[in-house]
Amino acid sequence: MSTGDTAFLLMSAALVMFMTPGLALFYGGMVRKKNVLGTIMQSFIVIALISIEWILWGYSMAFGPDKFGIIGGLEWFGLRGVGLEPHPVYAPTVPHQVFMIYQCMFAVITPALITGAFAERMKFGPFLLFSLLWATFVYNPLAHWIWGDGGWLGRMGTLDFAGGVAVHLSSGVAALVAAVMLGKRRGYGTEEMRPHNLPMTLLGAGILWFGWFGFNAGSALSAGRLAGVAFVATHIAGSAGALTWIAIEWKLHGKATTLGAASGAVAGLAMVTPAAGFVGPLSAALIGVMAGAVCYLGILAKNKFHYDDSLDVVGIHGVGGVFGLLAAGLFASKLVNPNGADGLFFGNPSQLAIQGLAIFVTIVYTFVITYILFKVVDKFFGLRVSENDELVGLDLNQHEETGYEF
Amino acid sequence: MKKIEAIIKPFKLTEVKEGLSRLGVQGMTVNEVKGFGRQRGHKEVYRGAEYQVDFVSKVRIEVVMEAGLVQEAVKVIQEAARTGQIGDGKIFVIPVDEVIRIRTGETGKAAI
Repeated sequence: MSTGDTAFLLMSAALVMFMTPGLALFYGGMVRKKNVLGTIMQSFIVIALISIEWILWGYSMAFGPDKFGIIGGLEWFGLRGVGLEPHPVYAPTVPHQVFMIYQCMFAVITPALITGAFAERMKFGPFLLFSLLWATFVYNPLAHWIWGDGGWLGRMGTLDFAGGVAVHLSSGVAALVAAVMLGKRRGYGTEEMRPHNLPMTLLGAGILWFGWFGFNAGSALSAGRLAGVAFVATHIAGSAGALTWIAIEWKLHGKATTLGAASGAVAGLAMVTPAAGFVGPLSAALIGVMAGAVCYLGILAKNKFHYDDSLDVVGIHGVGGVFGLLAAGLFASKLVNPNGADGLFFGNPSQLAIQGLAIFVTIVYTFVITYILFKVVDKFFGLRVSENDELVGLDLNQHEETGYEF
Repeated sequence: MKKIEAIIKPFKLTEVKEGLSRLGVQGMTVNEVKGFGRQRGHKEVYRGAEYQVDFVSKVRIEVVMEAGLVQEAVKVIQEAARTGQIGDGKIFVIPVDEVIRIRTGETGKAAI
């Protein structure tokens, strides 16, 4: 066991945890004032909800003893068998429970990401139920496929360093399903729906960037060279993403915006996530540039296809997830990470095919299960708040609170 | 007694306040408002989506004074608040029936 690795992973877990309240602020600032608490609450409460789910059955399903490559068994229910000795495969220099709690933070933030798609119109109770079911039936299996010991996507050679499959692509696809099934917000297209507190959004973006070092560098599961690779790639991609996005805005609209800078940074950070431990700094910069461009287009898709993905989860995380996984298949280099693989630009075109299959499977699985889960919750409890509640605002009718009392 | 209600550009508040002080005006009430007259709103852009924002931020000053002071006060406000650009604002003069000082119960001119 290594004290350095253990310290590093514990701190990384804390950093990733911090991303969820960061996300809450990021989203919170972008909605209208009357929904600020409702929006923040959705991210915040998911920390508590999914953490408990994780220690009961989540960790076991995602990382427990493999069944047919598709799911972990429930042998580790309630963390039975998950002790303080290192697990031989999962972070072998670190106590098993430390690895478990690190992974917990990933499981927590993923359902929180989806909330951006149905912002300002979902009932709180059904939201909790949906999030719990989604974590159980979508996140856990996907995490197992890509990161579980014996998981079939990992065994197939998919490169996904820190969460393209399980976190970004899955939440992006789920967000698309959500946006379509919840329907557009009342007044979408005619009413003014501007962000009410961009300083809060920018604060959230900064926290996300900071926490992302735990998300990506921590995924090295050790405090050494590989963590360094991932840290650098993460930072450079975020930077390049921000610059690219505002360059596009400047050209198209004549001004660079703060929301654009934040969005571009997040896009870059998201897109480099699957590739962070496999690419060098210049590749990371290119990935960031791609992210700024491609995710900007992803946002415009909303208008083309007429769905109300309120906070652009599809455009940033969905698109970022797809292209991030592809980017790993292009830019990965064994010179950077000998335990990874080479991508197309380093002489190995077949990696791209593997990535493509992983993308396809993730999209289909997530789409189908998310659809079913929404249908079930809707049937028994209803998903959307009433018309009047939506007009008055979630803060008052879902939580009987007001965000600001200046 | 009259009340002057002036809607002015927010950055002109200090100048107007100082001008009125020099005139001997003892107090005023100020609040932030939004509005538009002939001044068009402005455009804001969020993630590629353009919004036309009609309401513009202004400041409303309310001052109560003896009728005799009104003409000068209006002149002072107008000079201080004017920029020459559209949206400089408006001044309204409104009659006041009664003024009472809460602490002492004084009424009329003594209460101003």
